[in-house]
Amino acid sequence: MQKKLILDSNLLDITVSRLCQQLIENHNTFSDTVIIGMQPRGIFLAELIHTKLEKHIKRDIPLGYLDVTFHRDDFRRRDEPILPKENRIPFIIEEKNVVLVDDVLFTGRTVRAAMDALIAFGRPAKVELLVMIDRKYNRELPIAPDYVGRTVNTMASQRVLVELQAQGHKQNKIWLINKD
Amino acid sequence: MSKLSQKHLLGIKDITRDDIELIFETADNFKEVINRPIRKVPSLRDVTIANVFFENSTRTRLSFELAEKRLSADVINFSASNSSVKKGETLLDTVNNILAMKVDMIVMRHASPGAPHYLARHIDANIVNAGDGTHEHPTQALLDTYSIRERLGSVSGKKVAIIGDILHSRVALSNIFALQKLGAKVMVCGPPTLLPKFIGQLGVQVELDVRKALQWCDVANVLRIQLERQQIKYFPSLREYSLYYGINRKMLEELQKPVVVMHPGPINRGVEISSDAADSPHSIILDQVENGVAIRMAVLYLLAARP
Repeated sequence: MQKKLILDSNLLDITVSRLCQQLIENHNTFSDTVIIGMQPRGIFLAELIHTKLEKHIKRDIPLGYLDVTFHRDDFRRRDEPILPKENRIPFIIEEKNVVLVDDVLFTGRTVRAAMDALIAFGRPAKVELLVMIDRKYNRELPIAPDYVGRTVNTMASQRVLVELQAQGHKQNKIWLINKD
Repeated sequence: MSKLSQKHLLGIKDITRDDIELIFETADNFKEVINRPIRKVPSLRDVTIANVFFENSTRTRLSFELAEKRLSADVINFSASNSSVKKGETLLDTVNNILAMKVDMIVMRHASPGAPHYLARHIDANIVNAGDGTHEHPTQALLDTYSIRERLGSVSGKKVAIIGDILHSRVALSNIFALQKLGAKVMVCGPPTLLPKFIGQLGVQVELDVRKALQWCDVANVLRIQLERQQIKYFPSLREYSLYYGINRKMLEELQKPVVVMHPGPINRGVEISSDAADSPHSIILDQVENGVAIRMAVLYLLAARP
């Protein structure tokens, strides 16, 4: 198994800062914007961005977690069902701008499920997608991110591994892994 | 673990503690779903479920149907009272005919103990037992224990008394299995004629005095007197039963400790439980009904994942 470092701690910090600046550019004071991290791994990145944004903006920004398990299109096509995680959206998303946050964009199927899951909570004014890693050439659905940390050319057989301190790792790091 | 050990839910006896905990965790998520503005998820949109009821039911059937619809499954309903069963068709033929119409899962209630087990040996579809005679009623036991977990934080170590007609109750048997698997202590209490002769062999305590049972327990699960299953007289009169075994609010308040009161329904108010007890803050009867939908969603979801 070969591992290649895509983003180290320093670079990841710079990237997160840049993503925050882009968000502020588009959402100004965040008065009508909410951030929703996608379970299970997108929530850590969402928290990272949320903390940084609140420091800049100096006001509370609603942060939620969305689980898409029940909306996936591969149920009964896998050997084992995916266990659902917690949904926590303790605010109204009706007429709000929603920024969906996930760590890796791959086939786009999870994002499709997320949009489906999201409208069960109301009708947002606008939905945007922020991902840390966009895996090019692997999309199976017409889905594109609005904010990208890093675009990576990968093969389907490769895997992107995101390690964040919030998940219990020593340092924030993102790896590309070759499966033999 | 994210998979049930069984393809069917025939009884609590056949499933493991891990299975029960997996169902509970999944039900937690579905409970959140059914409290949303849009109480529906598309998980089972390509699954067809037949509710086959050879015996009357209101609550269980409604609860299953609602659970199926909340999961976006296609649902067909069958009840024996207006079907070819009356014309002499066998159980296996009836079910095979339903399955020939491309049905993926069967939810069945039948008056004969073991009917779903028999079916499971002969057909491919997933089967959920919604009550087989006086044998088992697994989803009821799951929702009962889930409701205890919700109210008291856990089931393990809790003392649960099952009070009433134990002899004719499938709810009692399934509850005993579920509670024991989850580490609770179980007592049954009722008139000697309504307690099965060898019930002690299941490892439960037996008590004839309902006041002592209440004194002992953290949770009292009060069962209905199943007059429809009683061909002979097991006690002199309902009034006498009520006098000796009926639970009322005064008894609960004299205990000097909180006891959670449960009832699987339908309640005969004034017989096994008085209105002031059934509607008291001790009672979690309506929580049981709400949890029933979440539990059944979890069971159907997890079984559908193993076609």
